[in-house]
Amino acid sequence: MTVSAQTGETGEAVHDVRLRVNGVVHDLRVPARRLLSDALRHDLGLTGTHVGCEHGVCGACTVLVDGRSARACLMFAVAAVEVDITTVEGLTRPDGSLGPVQQAFSECHGLQCGFCTPGFLTTITAGLEENPDPTHEEARDMIGGNLCRCTGYQNIVAAVECAAVLRRGGSRGPGPGGPHASITEAGGPS
Amino acid sequence: MKPAPFAYHRPRTLDEAVALLGSEPDAKVMAGGQSLVPLLTMRLAAPATIVDISAVEGLDTLTADDGGVRIGAMVRHADVLASPDVRRVQPLVTAALSHVAHPTIRNRGTTVGSIVHADAAAEMPVVLAVLGGTVEVVGGAGRRTIAAADLFVGPLESSLAPDEVATSAWFPALADDAGVGFAELARRHGDYAMVGVAAHVDASSARVGYLSVNDVPTVVDVTGVDAADAGEAALAHLEPGGDVHASAAYRAQLVRVLTARVLREAHEDRQGRGAA
Repeated sequence: MTVSAQTGETGEAVHDVRLRVNGVVHDLRVPARRLLSDALRHDLGLTGTHVGCEHGVCGACTVLVDGRSARACLMFAVAAVEVDITTVEGLTRPDGSLGPVQQAFSECHGLQCGFCTPGFLTTITAGLEENPDPTHEEARDMIGGNLCRCTGYQNIVAAVECAAVLRRGGSRGPGPGGPHASITEAGGPS
Repeated sequence: MKPAPFAYHRPRTLDEAVALLGSEPDAKVMAGGQSLVPLLTMRLAAPATIVDISAVEGLDTLTADDGGVRIGAMVRHADVLASPDVRRVQPLVTAALSHVAHPTIRNRGTTVGSIVHADAAAEMPVVLAVLGGTVEVVGGAGRRTIAAADLFVGPLESSLAPDEVATSAWFPALADDAGVGFAELARRHGDYAMVGVAAHVDASSARVGYLSVNDVPTVVDVTGVDAADAGEAALAHLEPGGDVHASAAYRAQLVRVLTARVLREAHEDRQGRGAA
């Protein structure tokens, strides 16, 4: 919730804001113009969320708002209240091991420099929640709003398909043919 | 790339929102923020006050019945796109929405916000215009209904008064003897279209709407013109401009090609519904 505005050190009005991020409640005092992306990184120290273009084009800052993907640079922290926010830090399993989408990126070499990766991981996490078994075309469409300037899109698309298998309880088998070819469905040949 | 300072209000009722818009000079309404926040960040806009209507009660209702589709001001594009009732009642809304940006933007962006943002490169203002829809607004002077034909007055400029807030948009249902079509061409899927075309045909009329051609959403009546010639006829009412994405000549060519394609699609859609 937002509490009545006060005046900060610079003379600019500030708001007391309560954010729920990765299941943790944070109270912070921010000016209204503080972007959610900056609040996550600067105020909360959650630097996994990256900021690229800062006007909604590149997708690097994508987070989940109530489970749906959203650009953190297109939201103000003061307006990001009364929702559950999930950042890339929240995608790991409770024991700290990699979540299925993260695991798929590791196995399919879905990243090079890694700058865009947090935005892809969140986008694909939400995308697979909505469509757990995407076709190749749907996998491409799922990541259409995210830019990778290393242009490693082939492996990112492969990672989407790999993650879909991992989410269903599949595992990576020892077979030849590259990382993606060796992903097998649960109960299938391995 | 940070917005200029502004005062922020998050009213809970429409009355509060209207009162704020009436009392605060240079106030701007924010719904999903997907168009407004980039403008603020690039400092192309610097309103003194933002009135965030996302917590206002009663603006998140989506209804589709025999009369048409009514979309509340806080209904997100993604929810309209996913609605089977909307698709059944007015398929042009669904067809055009799939071209609005990317899923992540559609999760936050609102259809009504996109309409009153009045961007001539956006899909939903043209859909409202070609279907003859309306927008409900509430302001200090009360409630009124604005027809699409009276809504778009200039680039990014609607006919809403500064103290008015749009509460819903209404799209008439597709009649049994009518058909619709939509197509656009963009550099990349999800980008703004170089040209987009929406068509509505029935037994006695054919209307085609254009986005990214004129500086306002523009509808041309092409009743009685063959589909193949309708684009050329429409160009008499259009002034396609050139920019880094497409030259004026290329846009004109896209008008010719897409108009024919979309009109044929609309006629086929009509026949598919059993109309003669």
